[in-house]
Amino acid sequence: MAQYDVVIIGGGPGGYNAAIRAGQLGLKVACIEGRGTLGGTCLNVGCIPSKAMLHASELYELANKDFAKMGIDGKVTVNLPVMLQQKADSVLALTKGIEFLLKKNKVDYIKGWGSIAGPGKVAVKAEDGTETVLDTLNIIIATGSEPTPLPGVDVDQKRIIDSTGALVIPEIPKSMVVIGAGIIGLELGSVWRRLGAEVTVVEYLDRITPGMDAETAKTFQRILTKQGVKFKLGTKVTGAKASKTGVALTLEPAAGGDAETLNADYVLVAIGRRPYTDGLGLETVGIVPDKRGFIANDHFKTSAPGVWVVGDATYGPMLAHKAEDDGVACIELIAGKAGHVNYDLVPSVVYTFPEVAWVGKNEEELKAAGIAYKSGKFPFTANSRAKVNHEGEGFVKVLADATTDQILGVHMIGPQVGEMIGEYCVAMEFSASSEDVARTSHPHPTRSEALRQAAMGVEGWTMQA
Amino acid sequence: MADIMTPALGESVAEATVARWTKKVGDAVKRDEMLIELETDKVSLEVVSPADGVLTEIVAAEGDTVLPGALLGRVTAGAAASPSSPAPAPVAAPAPVPAPAPVAAAAPVAPSVRRIAAETGLDTSTVAGSGKDGRVTKGDALAALEARAAAPAVAAAPSAPRPVHEREDRVKMTRLRQTIARRLKEAQNTAAMLTTFNEVDMTAVMALRNQYKDVFEKRHGVKLGFMSFFVKACVEALKDVPDVNAEIDGTDLIYKNHYDIGVAVGTEKGLVVPVVRDAETLSLAGIEKAIGALGKKARDGQLSIDDMQGGTFTISNGGVYGSLMSTPILNAPQSGILGMHKIQDRPMVVGGQIVVRPMMYLALSYDHRVVDGQGAVTFLVKVKDYIEDPQRLLLNL
Repeated sequence: MAQYDVVIIGGGPGGYNAAIRAGQLGLKVACIEGRGTLGGTCLNVGCIPSKAMLHASELYELANKDFAKMGIDGKVTVNLPVMLQQKADSVLALTKGIEFLLKKNKVDYIKGWGSIAGPGKVAVKAEDGTETVLDTLNIIIATGSEPTPLPGVDVDQKRIIDSTGALVIPEIPKSMVVIGAGIIGLELGSVWRRLGAEVTVVEYLDRITPGMDAETAKTFQRILTKQGVKFKLGTKVTGAKASKTGVALTLEPAAGGDAETLNADYVLVAIGRRPYTDGLGLETVGIVPDKRGFIANDHFKTSAPGVWVVGDATYGPMLAHKAEDDGVACIELIAGKAGHVNYDLVPSVVYTFPEVAWVGKNEEELKAAGIAYKSGKFPFTANSRAKVNHEGEGFVKVLADATTDQILGVHMIGPQVGEMIGEYCVAMEFSASSEDVARTSHPHPTRSEALRQAAMGVEGWTMQA
Repeated sequence: MADIMTPALGESVAEATVARWTKKVGDAVKRDEMLIELETDKVSLEVVSPADGVLTEIVAAEGDTVLPGALLGRVTAGAAASPSSPAPAPVAAPAPVPAPAPVAAAAPVAPSVRRIAAETGLDTSTVAGSGKDGRVTKGDALAALEARAAAPAVAAAPSAPRPVHEREDRVKMTRLRQTIARRLKEAQNTAAMLTTFNEVDMTAVMALRNQYKDVFEKRHGVKLGFMSFFVKACVEALKDVPDVNAEIDGTDLIYKNHYDIGVAVGTEKGLVVPVVRDAETLSLAGIEKAIGALGKKARDGQLSIDDMQGGTFTISNGGVYGSLMSTPILNAPQSGILGMHKIQDRPMVVGGQIVVRPMMYLALSYDHRVVDGQGAVTFLVKVKDYIEDPQRLLLNL
């Protein structure tokens, strides 16, 4: 078999986008994926199916709680098998779409599990057990991540589930405990709460969503609580006993104190993700991952010549769009171009209702770094479009350098803010000032006006609040 | 549709002013027909139509400042001109497009930076940008403003323009005039400038000229003037006193082993100084030809920037206007400038007799940081000797 320019191990957002870019740049490229479908965790058991469930459950809740306010009467009910099936159908169609994109860009899509078999060699083990070895100039590790297990709470995917299991629960639980108040836990917890479960979120830290701007996180928690989510913060899970019908969890205050028992139909373990780098043949090229399994990189180069790493398998936010950016930049560097990722401006979004979205630095980070900043804030209650849609919760907050007015961070909680954060990503990529956004026309009436009004607020000329 | 772009303006020329459009929107234009006159610090240049067709849009209006690569206007190729005779505007006739705000830079300028520029007159093209691909951010503009405020106000402009009284006219300085003003003042602020004088008896050169001017013109196709003698004399004197042909660069002196003599030429718009290159290699006829060609270009406004860069020494002849004596200002970074003056019959004592001689005062302004008094005086005496006895030029004496 002819030698490849690049062989990519993993067909997730990092791997398949790298493959497409490689094809565009005329490299001879193969992408190895063992799952049977392309798209990785994100498309198969992560971002995409969870959004399908979030969207459907949001409409269901809207219909039963808010339609009457707008003069639409009637009760709607959930058909869970159909809801799960429409999700699965969308996912399948999207995986086929990626397969088509690889073909279109002349990428060899090789089904099987890939591992490194020495410098310039990648072994592929197919489902039927046959093994082939590919010769290549470059290897990209794009193997992604998997849910981090919690000692004492073993995931059986029946009653104790992880994010994958939480997308296919065959019934609507009466009660559910989510361990971990991060983005994944709060999104999936929201899905099942909307569909009818009583949801309790147990978190070891004394706040939710670490990394999120503290004021925003506080508002977020207040809104979720109002929606019916219960929070047990500063609480440690010490054990779990699963039966056929439910789980008994033992909890302890993180600071020490009396243990208590919490019963639930289902327990979702969502305490984070860890790189998936076991069994990759790293030892054949002398790569030693760190304690947690991450592979270090310098501009995507590992310690082994010709071996590169992108996405969740290396450092940085474990986000699909970060992996995608990594993949593209890595291929461009391999092709002798100027690939680059600006890790300071990778946005984050929580797809609950309301959504939370942010990019850049939060107030705590700016204070810790001793950077003088000004803040402009605008509430969605004062935004006409949000008001008429009965979506007045939340705000937009813009943080800008006190001297130069350069935007340093933007934190938003509100209706579909995830769709609007991109505006600030572009602005910040171009080192824009708050005034630049404030002086840019925004359509009226839209929720995006709140972004502009908040920018005006930085220099004290918010006009509509 | 063809775009009319601002051409490259040459080394060290950042921007140009649109001096004149020769056509109106709707006029028919021919490819390579002159459309726009641009004025830069140094020269005027013409921009021609990129295509046959109709001028459909003027983007940069007269008086606007443009950068190289900026859009000036558009020509729709092949379109027919709208009737120039008074006629109701037909549907097809392109309406005059109101000129938008001047194109300030090739890369779009951020709204905040545009506002700062408009309010403070900050020239953002001179601000080093820290944003993506060198774009100027608001922070860059604010820092530039601060630096401007902190800089010693050498010639602080009055905060408000003074009112223009009756029997006064306010006229905007041309770019050329502004550049002349700035550069002269810079020279005065930088150099330790002083002037030494001498006088030269023009009898011999005038006799030589009278004797040969007709044959010279017949043979070389150019008139024999005095300037070529002075260029030649200066080149020889510069060889003898190299300091005068040197310049200061930081803590170093740069001695030039080539003799590129700037010859100041008055034009309608102001003084320009085209350069006669490698004057040491030219004959008197060669120098006269070079000066003649440059002078014609200057008067026609056709001088290119290359024609005016890189001189090592300058000669200024105020005598053509009748000046008897002057102290010329250096053409920085050069270290010397010779002032020629009016030839005037004066009583001179020669061999104990009072005789009438055609005399010219000579002035050499020089940068005392580079040139010592002795060198300066020696230089001027050498020039005087060469002119009074032109045979020395022939014999390299």
